[in-house]
Amino acid sequence: MKKAWLLAAVAAFALNGAVEAKTLKWGSAREIASLDPYSFGETFTLSVLNHVYEGLVRYTGDLKIEPALAESWETVSPTIWRFKLRQGVKFHNGNPFTADDVIASLARVTHDTSPLKGNLPAYKSSKKIDDFTVEIEVNGPYPLLLNDLTNIFIFDKEWMEANNSLLPTDSGKGVKGYATDNANGTGPFKVESRRADSKTIFARNPSWWDKPQHNIDVIEFIPITSSSTRVAAMLSGEIDFTNVAPLQDLPRLTASSEVKVLQTNELRSVFFAFNLGDKLVESDVKDKNPFKDIKVREALYRAIDIDAVQKRAMRGLSRNTGALVAPAIPGYEPSQDQRLPFDLAGAKKLLADAGYPNGFSFVMNCQSDSLVNEEEFCQAVAAMWSRAGLKPNLSLAPRSQQAPKRVKGDFDAISFGWANEPMIDAYSLLVQVLRSKSGTGGVFNWGNWGDPRIDALIDKSGVELDTPKRIEMMKEALKIAKAEHLFIPLHQQPMAWAMRNTMASTVQASDNKPRLWLTTMK
Amino acid sequence: MPAEAAKPGRLRRFLDSDIGWSFRRTPAAWLSALVLAILILTALFCPLIAPQNPHDLAQIFIDKAEIPPIWSQDGEWPFLLGTDPQGRDVFSAILYGTRVSLIIGFSAVMVSMVIGVSLGLISGFYGGRIDNLLMRLGDTVLSIPTLLMAILVSAIFRELLPPALRDPFAAAVLVLSISLTSWVQYARTVRASTMVERRKEYVLAARIIKVPAGRIMRRHILPNTLTPVMVAATLNLGLAILSEATLSFLGVGMPITQPSLGTLIRIGNQYLFSGSWWLVVFPSLQLGLIVLSVNLLGDWLRDALNPKLR
Amino acid sequence: MPAFLFKRFVNAAGVMLAVAFLAFLTFRFVGDPVELMLNEQASQAQRDELRVRLGLDKGFVLQFATFVGNAVRGDFGISYRNQQEVFTLIAERFPATCELVLVATFLSLAVGIPLGVYTAIKRDSLLAKALQFISVLGVSLPSFALGILFILVFSVTLQWLPAFGRGEVVQLGWWSTGLLTASGRKALILPGITLSLFQITLVMRLVRAEMLETMRTDFIRFARARGLPSRAVHFRHALRNCLMPVITVTGLQIGNLIAFALVTETVFQWPGMGMLFVQAVTFVDIPVMAAYLIVVSFIFVSLNTLVDLTYAWVDPRLREDALSGGANAR
Repeated sequence: MKKAWLLAAVAAFALNGAVEAKTLKWGSAREIASLDPYSFGETFTLSVLNHVYEGLVRYTGDLKIEPALAESWETVSPTIWRFKLRQGVKFHNGNPFTADDVIASLARVTHDTSPLKGNLPAYKSSKKIDDFTVEIEVNGPYPLLLNDLTNIFIFDKEWMEANNSLLPTDSGKGVKGYATDNANGTGPFKVESRRADSKTIFARNPSWWDKPQHNIDVIEFIPITSSSTRVAAMLSGEIDFTNVAPLQDLPRLTASSEVKVLQTNELRSVFFAFNLGDKLVESDVKDKNPFKDIKVREALYRAIDIDAVQKRAMRGLSRNTGALVAPAIPGYEPSQDQRLPFDLAGAKKLLADAGYPNGFSFVMNCQSDSLVNEEEFCQAVAAMWSRAGLKPNLSLAPRSQQAPKRVKGDFDAISFGWANEPMIDAYSLLVQVLRSKSGTGGVFNWGNWGDPRIDALIDKSGVELDTPKRIEMMKEALKIAKAEHLFIPLHQQPMAWAMRNTMASTVQASDNKPRLWLTTMK
Repeated sequence: MPAEAAKPGRLRRFLDSDIGWSFRRTPAAWLSALVLAILILTALFCPLIAPQNPHDLAQIFIDKAEIPPIWSQDGEWPFLLGTDPQGRDVFSAILYGTRVSLIIGFSAVMVSMVIGVSLGLISGFYGGRIDNLLMRLGDTVLSIPTLLMAILVSAIFRELLPPALRDPFAAAVLVLSISLTSWVQYARTVRASTMVERRKEYVLAARIIKVPAGRIMRRHILPNTLTPVMVAATLNLGLAILSEATLSFLGVGMPITQPSLGTLIRIGNQYLFSGSWWLVVFPSLQLGLIVLSVNLLGDWLRDALNPKLR
Repeated sequence: MPAFLFKRFVNAAGVMLAVAFLAFLTFRFVGDPVELMLNEQASQAQRDELRVRLGLDKGFVLQFATFVGNAVRGDFGISYRNQQEVFTLIAERFPATCELVLVATFLSLAVGIPLGVYTAIKRDSLLAKALQFISVLGVSLPSFALGILFILVFSVTLQWLPAFGRGEVVQLGWWSTGLLTASGRKALILPGITLSLFQITLVMRLVRAEMLETMRTDFIRFARARGLPSRAVHFRHALRNCLMPVITVTGLQIGNLIAFALVTETVFQWPGMGMLFVQAVTFVDIPVMAAYLIVVSFIFVSLNTLVDLTYAWVDPRLREDALSGGANAR
């Protein structure tokens, strides 16, 4: 630890000596869980560590898959993929990158104790053909292996062996892993020093294999959880960049001549889902589940004044949707993006027709720290449902308290967001969320929703290697879900970054991941 | 103050007494009593005064979100102090929030006083093993800083309740968590004076003629220990209200659907830079005003009852 | 004396055991770490397996016994959130909180004592009355609201002082200090003042009350009667006499300041133990929460015991109870 700090001090000194050292101070909304990309299955941590570690393939700035540590690939058979590795790549410690590193990394990430095991669901085995060729075998025909591999980062085998880190960190054993606060990747930046919750410093990797498009020498990664403090830091110049600019503060940030706001919609679509089990969890209707009646679901849909939600709760920044996936996701169909109109009278009539002229009560589970402005839109929707005569009992709490209840099905209605990452394909939503629970399918089917017709289509598309056919099947499945109002779509959520005029340009893709290796400073 | 109402004629006697004289002569005391009375009355009758019931979701229209106070250019009737991002009227929210804060504050003081006084009486009267046990319990409570303890207790109780009961019982949970951390002071005060009284002849006499212990404690010992308890209670009321606000500010207190003043400040804090200053300023002012008047009153009471300082 | 010492230590140990039980007990009820640690895509089998590996399936008593045994050795396990040893995490953040608390304590004495003396000596002057009122105001305003206000005025509007963090820190062995750099000292100002305000008013009121009381005592009357200048009377005799309670209360309050620092740390994003705790609560990071509670209580209990022992040493008549009542004035 002490040594690392000395090194950091020396490096910082050396950098100060150079006149043109460009430092980017990145204020993020939260700390990364660890420097070990396999220790915590969390998208944001992975996106930060992607500056240090790389996968065999990667997404470009506009979310196309391109070669990274693998130069090319081919399918030898429907279940075997062969990858040609890039030659001449070196890890930060100078070790050369070879097939052994890939095999060891895949073994580590798919180990039983790895929290990231689920990110590579189809993986069966891998073998080395020669020093720069590996083969990966999957469980069955699987069209999305490359998408999954974008987030499987490659470690140096020798380094792992030397530091007893061939297995993932096992928090159950109470021993921390070497890789938790040390890193050795092939990426454009290397970790210089780290002080958790305070500052992590990344320095440029001068011997990166790719031609750098960035001109950054040092990245200071500073987590600032309080949104108003983050805005204050942005305005006063204590940070150059944030990937989470609070929506309500965008006017204030834009008003400053020194700050520029980058704003677009991210891939995540937000909707309400219901408990479709036999009974509700907390309701004055005891003998049955009103949500099982499609009329009730339609009434709830029609009761939402989405324009008011969009304009106020989302500050005019979300995109109202009728579809369950964003336009950029394969499986999206424009004709499915129409919403049912807002119609309060119609909603009341539907409720009366369904036998609930005076509405009914139910518990509505929303999280205060998960989706963008979730507190705001949940309250707004609860108010709208109240006006339709329903009695939603809004429960708002942090994810840590709500998630266990959601997973157990201990809710009547929930807000839900799905980005289809890292697959960037509607299959993600279909198999994980919409599919009835069975085997590895329907892990997120918390409320017993699902439909045999949809299940059949999902299973068929999961082994279909012909892309157009596969997409047609997925569209068909989503169409049924929409017709049944299984979920009530709301919007595609907005994302906002802010940067000071110390920065020249960056690339903002709709997966909401900063890619500072595509960023330049003035 | 409960003493005033206890018997007719008490008020008259109060105003004529030494303390009453001091009360009339101390502007800080009667001014803060007056302010407090107004705040309590408006909070009690808030459904009659407030233009909106902020707890009733059906009355809140998001179209009316973030309207500035009425005297600003974009102000709008009847939103005197503006609205929040949900379209909730800030003035109504403050009145209802004050009611929540006051109810929690008063109840917390009452509950901790009842617990503390009873345990103190028992401890001091019986002594021995019970005394030892209770005092060790008190030591343990005191060895966890109050704020931490309150966070802990409220987190556990919330978790133990089923989700549907969580919001209705949020206030009760807060009362418990605050009073479970503040009873020790009363217990120690009462125990000390009970130990003194216990040895006095009238108590010994009562015991000899077999007056039940409960009756002796209630009738004879308790009245002699009440003065310091009342002072502590008044001063603790301010602390209890502040504790509630702090817990709600940290997000472990009142839910956003029935906001207390602390919750309102927490929400307002998120909009600090977006120009909606009224969301954080007015609830903070109200909170400051309540606690200030309670504290001024408590200070005066302590000084007035402490002959050394007169 | 040895008997008293022994009794006091047994007491302290008993209290710590109770605290440990509470720490353990409470956090067993809050949230479910399994859901937070696993990837969104994990299967039920993986969830169950993780539960077993964390020992969450074991019996209650066994879990507690293991917990205490480890805690005594300073082993609080590893954090669920960032997989580091909890002891290291806390040790890394301890200097930040400690410096903040020390600065606040220093401020409270440096500002509180003179103000207290002044308001006692000139108790009827207008300024003294105004100060008295401000001191009540100081206890009445919630510190989080004041902190927010300070940021708004001094960081955002005037841009004089940083809005968050510790600035540059220098590493001295395992201790990290912000006191040796300009930016570090600057960063200490706002949080230091915010945390100390309550304490300043406390010290001021205590000094005032003690001074008033002392000045009524016979020896001060004698001193006056002997014709000593009032300066000497005030400072050499009266003030000196009331310093002991001030120091005691300051010592006892340090524990409370450490706990209350979690509010200040949250507002100023100060990377101390308090912020670690608040973040741990959001993530249901049980080992960190439990360890924080135990560490803070340990400091608290140690200070209490120390103060009690000092008093017993100075004045054998004073046994328990005489002082501890003031410990939790907040």
